Amino acid sequence: MRNTLIMDAGLVDFIEKLPLSKQIVTHIELLRKGVYMLHFLRTADFLPGQVVAISTDLSVPPRLYSICSGEQDEKLSVLFNLKSDGLLTPKLAQLSQGDPVWISTPFGAFLGDDQPAWWIAAGTGIAPFRSMMRSGMANGKTVIHGGRSADSFYFQNEFLSTFGENYIRCCSGEHAEGLYHGRLTQWMQEQDRLSKDQTYYLCGSAEMVVEVRDILIEKEIPIDKIMSEIYF
Amino acid sequence: MKNPSLFGKTLAEIEEIVASLGAPAFTARQIAEWIYKKHITQFDAMTNLPKSLRHQLAQGYSIELSTAVKVQTSVDGTKKYLYPSTGHTFIETAYIPEGKRATLCVSSQVGCKMGCLFCMTGKQGFQGQLSTGEIIHQIRSLPERETLSNIVFMGMGEPFDNLENVMKSCEILTADWGYGWSPKRITVSTIGIIPAMKTFIENSSCHLAVSMHTPFHAERKKIMPIENVYPIQAVVDLLRRYDLGKQRRLSFEYIMFKDFNDSNRHIQGISRLLHGMRCRINLIRFHPIPNSPLASASEERIQQFREGLVSKGFRTTIRASRGEDILAACGLLSTKELVKTQAPDF
Repeated sequence: MRNTLIMDAGLVDFIEKLPLSKQIVTHIELLRKGVYMLHFLRTADFLPGQVVAISTDLSVPPRLYSICSGEQDEKLSVLFNLKSDGLLTPKLAQLSQGDPVWISTPFGAFLGDDQPAWWIAAGTGIAPFRSMMRSGMANGKTVIHGGRSADSFYFQNEFLSTFGENYIRCCSGEHAEGLYHGRLTQWMQEQDRLSKDQTYYLCGSAEMVVEVRDILIEKEIPIDKIMSEIYF
Repeated sequence: MKNPSLFGKTLAEIEEIVASLGAPAFTARQIAEWIYKKHITQFDAMTNLPKSLRHQLAQGYSIELSTAVKVQTSVDGTKKYLYPSTGHTFIETAYIPEGKRATLCVSSQVGCKMGCLFCMTGKQGFQGQLSTGEIIHQIRSLPERETLSNIVFMGMGEPFDNLENVMKSCEILTADWGYGWSPKRITVSTIGIIPAMKTFIENSSCHLAVSMHTPFHAERKKIMPIENVYPIQAVVDLLRRYDLGKQRRLSFEYIMFKDFNDSNRHIQGISRLLHGMRCRINLIRFHPIPNSPLASASEERIQQFREGLVSKGFRTTIRASRGEDILAACGLLSTKELVKTQAPDF
């Protein structure tokens, strides 16, 4: 039975949503070395682009993860990078089916819509855009995904079949067919006709978001048209 | 391999160490006092400890301190110190004398993950957390340490993204076995990471400053990505739940951007957001950074804005700009040029 939530972009009653509740892991997938997708039973509705706070037990401070599943999917899923020196992700990586985890209800205001836009991500920053794609927001979007190696482009088959030529994979560390060889920021620099009317959604590390945002500002994209989500 | 440093350890951590060495528990306090109150840098100087314990400590630990690698002095007397951190990274610390007062602006991280549009530190991305020792060291090694009247965690980094080490630093700074500072002389500034802020409020007596910069959700999202997950309304809602008492100061930082957040509508918005709260508002001139679409509001407008807030009943100050010529002013600290970064993942 799903809880009914007021979809409030994380503002109203936000604090009441922070307490974590126990959920059960349905399965965990290794997407490539050090990158996992964790699936839970879904007990709440969410808006594509929102996050959940997750912890394995209440002794570890929870961290925020973007939901990467669609709003109609049965399971709620997140992506995470294993940080070997971290407190939480080594524990997350050890989870298996049936294990309990502590998870908040979804919240956050990095929300997509059905207007033409650019989705720009690095690494696991693709997560909210997959959620948006699977929630019917793909129309009119251009997707730019940056990664170091050819296996960094999580869900690439889904993105390719949905966006075709409007899905650009920028691979900084390897040459491979169908990939732009170079950094995402290099690809962005090379674009000389970026729309000033569309919104640019950026998601990933602070380094990536700040660099891409600077490029967009240099290219005279108004800050009104730049939406950023930084993983911290 | 270098021995781990005892500098930056809390009393509880030193107690664990002395227990592991088979020494009596009370020696932990003696060690802490030698390090933090008497400022010694050699175990041999801990003359009230048994020689055998001093030897054990010297075998397994260090208390040596590094010094700043560079100092720049502003025409207004502000000094900017550059300290080495781990992994060939550096941090900056600003010493700001003003009459009988002197404030030290300390860093809590190398770089920052928050990506605020108006901040130079954000432009260098994130290179690492500072240890408790590295945070305290900025104070301990300051040549002007004895002149300090205030410490503000407003240097590089978001303090509540390094909560554990910031909390330990505050403990060492305020404990009677530590530096013995009054918590009223220490302010920790945050952009509003709610869970960490809650922990801080409940476990510290230091002052709190919150970076607001606009009372409006949609606007704040444009300049501060944190607004997506921890909106200013929720930050204020949380703060309203606590009685911080008369001794503990809550302030809101507000950088004044021309034609962005300096209108009368913003005065109304701040007034609604903070209605009835006992707090202070600090207006800050924006110090332009490269490639920024933002500009500072005029002096006249800043004064008018202050008067508008005062008329609404808010204690409002305009922070003096200090150290701008050496890039030590608010929002300008950066060691980007010194960072040897790994290949990014994009």
